[in-house]
Amino acid sequence: MARNTKNDKNTDIDANPATQTINGAEMVVRAIVDQGIDTVFGYPGGAVLPIYDALFKQNQLRHILVRHEQAATHAAEGYARSTGKVAAVIVTSGPGATNAVTGLTDALMDSIPMVCITGQVPSHLIGSDAFQEADTTGITRSCTKYNYLVRDVNKLGRIMHDAFHIARSGRPGPVVVDVPKNILNQPGIYQGKTSFERTSYNPQRTGDERQIAKAIELMANAKRPVFYVGGGVINAGVMACEALTAFVRMTGFPITNTLMGLGSFPGSDPQFLKMLGMHGSLEANMAMHDCDVMICIGARFDDRVTGKLDGFSPKSKKIHVDIDASSINKTVHVDVSIIGDAGVVVKQLIAAWKAKNPKLDKKAIADWWKQIDGWRAKKSFSYGSSKTVIKPQYALERLQAALKKQDFFITTDVGQHQMWAAQYLSFDRPNRWMTSGGLGTMGYGMPCAVGVQIAHPDKPVVCVTGEASILMNIQELSTIKQYRLPVKVLILNNRYMGMVRQWQEMFHGNRYSESYMDALPDFVKLAEAHGIKGLRASKVSEVDSVIKEMLAHKGPVIVDMMVDQNENVYPMIPAGAAHNEIVLSPAGRNDGKLDKNQI
Amino acid sequence: MVDIVYDIPEGKVTEARHTLAVLVDNEFGVLARVIGLFSGRGYNIESLTVAEVEHDKNLSRITIVTSGSEMVIEQIKRLLERMVPVHKVNDLTVEGAHVERELALVKVKGTGRTRVETLKVSEAFHARTVYAAAESFIFEVTGTSEEVDEFIDCMRPLGLVETVRSGVVAIARDKKKETL
Repeated sequence: MARNTKNDKNTDIDANPATQTINGAEMVVRAIVDQGIDTVFGYPGGAVLPIYDALFKQNQLRHILVRHEQAATHAAEGYARSTGKVAAVIVTSGPGATNAVTGLTDALMDSIPMVCITGQVPSHLIGSDAFQEADTTGITRSCTKYNYLVRDVNKLGRIMHDAFHIARSGRPGPVVVDVPKNILNQPGIYQGKTSFERTSYNPQRTGDERQIAKAIELMANAKRPVFYVGGGVINAGVMACEALTAFVRMTGFPITNTLMGLGSFPGSDPQFLKMLGMHGSLEANMAMHDCDVMICIGARFDDRVTGKLDGFSPKSKKIHVDIDASSINKTVHVDVSIIGDAGVVVKQLIAAWKAKNPKLDKKAIADWWKQIDGWRAKKSFSYGSSKTVIKPQYALERLQAALKKQDFFITTDVGQHQMWAAQYLSFDRPNRWMTSGGLGTMGYGMPCAVGVQIAHPDKPVVCVTGEASILMNIQELSTIKQYRLPVKVLILNNRYMGMVRQWQEMFHGNRYSESYMDALPDFVKLAEAHGIKGLRASKVSEVDSVIKEMLAHKGPVIVDMMVDQNENVYPMIPAGAAHNEIVLSPAGRNDGKLDKNQI
Repeated sequence: MVDIVYDIPEGKVTEARHTLAVLVDNEFGVLARVIGLFSGRGYNIESLTVAEVEHDKNLSRITIVTSGSEMVIEQIKRLLERMVPVHKVNDLTVEGAHVERELALVKVKGTGRTRVETLKVSEAFHARTVYAAAESFIFEVTGTSEEVDEFIDCMRPLGLVETVRSGVVAIARDKKKETL
């Protein structure tokens, strides 16, 4: 790299016995490299200057300079989610750390492995309200899986490696390592990558065989089974997803995915019922409601999935596989609980299934499929098409058609466009769909796409977003420009915070309080101001050509897609309602009308 | 009006009091983590005590008295267990017979005949007189929380000034050890 003009052999951190004396900043860089990670996202500042100096003197770890620390954490999430690796972030003390809090919380909610190094004021100034001081370990205690304040440079190496282990293992999550500046400057003995020694932390990976046997027994006698699979399987790795796919096909049972689980099972497979939950398909939600055996793997019965708990799948026996024991029986009582890694447990289930070679009630299961096909026939994702105005669903259908044969990656922001993307795009492989599920962070999409594109420079990466969300981290256009990242940003522009508007229309008497996006920038000119290609589609006839041009362009593109302002996301299970109270699109073929009393 | 976004009707719940013994690494911030779990999720803490119990292994034991529905208590236990510095969580309330004790220091003032009465009551409760002056006493009393309550109630009309209580410590009666 051109910038490494001062590369000094003596300070190069390459030459390495297992332990050696280097300073704290070099240890941080060295530990990240030793973890097999080649990219770090960050933003410099006073307290982390020694780390940036160490970065300057080496060339094994690439640093991506974002424009705001929140974006560093979301980019890291994109990197982690699309590669399955732990992502690393460096931010400075005080505002650097507080800006990272949203991304840390997002990663905690969605179980994304991340290590975030935060600078801290020198040890002797901690607690003195020093310049750019914040109680980072205090602030991040509840939004990390674990955090450290480093007090001894000789422990920094071990802490770094432990942090990566904790972030990656068990239920993954973010870990903060807060390092005072004097420790970054201080020489000490670097403890290289060794085994994790803390006996208090030892996540269980293998499921209890007796529970496995009970689960297989339930499945073997099921008449109306359904798999309910979430992001835990994606976190367990590609092999886990392959094992799951094999298992689901072996049983012939229907399967639905959560928002986080999309891609864990091929979206094009006939056994797939699409996404479930508040804006999930009729077939998925009705199957969940009417099933007699539910096999939940790596999902956590989120309130957007279950709806009213009293009315949630009332007739079923439930099997729950999760690596986090605290996710089991948290809101929904289950009959068989299996604690373990989704990949390991699915393989155990396969072995037990094969050993038992169950005689399924073929007649009952065929009837069940017939019922499901009836729900499918209602085409719950249908919408009223238009020749005069671009329907957002249509734009996404066309995007899906244009991307179909490629290995593409999608990130989204939060709101209507996110739900439509989940409904209309289809994923045949894991790690291709990045969305803020648990926290629902607007501003997630574009920085996340930066991280994904960094990890997959030659693959198409599309950020599907809305005009409100994109503005929350719009400064990242500059990052995209700097690294010439060919990210495609598709803005479904309806001049409203669409989901807020939808709820105001449905539940607040059309009082559109503060949800109209006034004074929007001209996104095409905004792109051009960054030296990025900007395109606009205003007519239905322009949709295909603009999408084609966007995907064909070698560099980054911003597309301002002017869509219907009044479109709502359907189907919809109002919160507090049960799955069978799902409301279908009034524009579609069904009779579903929104009944206020029902909500 | 029902909040459409978040109001999910709750079923009827019966709350029960549980005493938990939590074995943790005696490290910086561990107590804040445990307390943060309770405060962040709105769980009750009736009493919480912590002290190092095995110096060479750097282990502390936290005794927490909490109350909640069965599901909440299960959540609390699982959430404690998943914390990195937590070795073990024992629910003494469900795991069999156990002994619970609390210590209180009770300051009582008085002169003349009430002093005699005060001392008689303290003897009845097997309280120790740890300080005595011309017009006041400090008693040390140990017992279950209820016994300590009773002692304090008895002292109130006799000239109770102030009280300090340690919170509950508890241990299982079974001969096996709960530590590692």
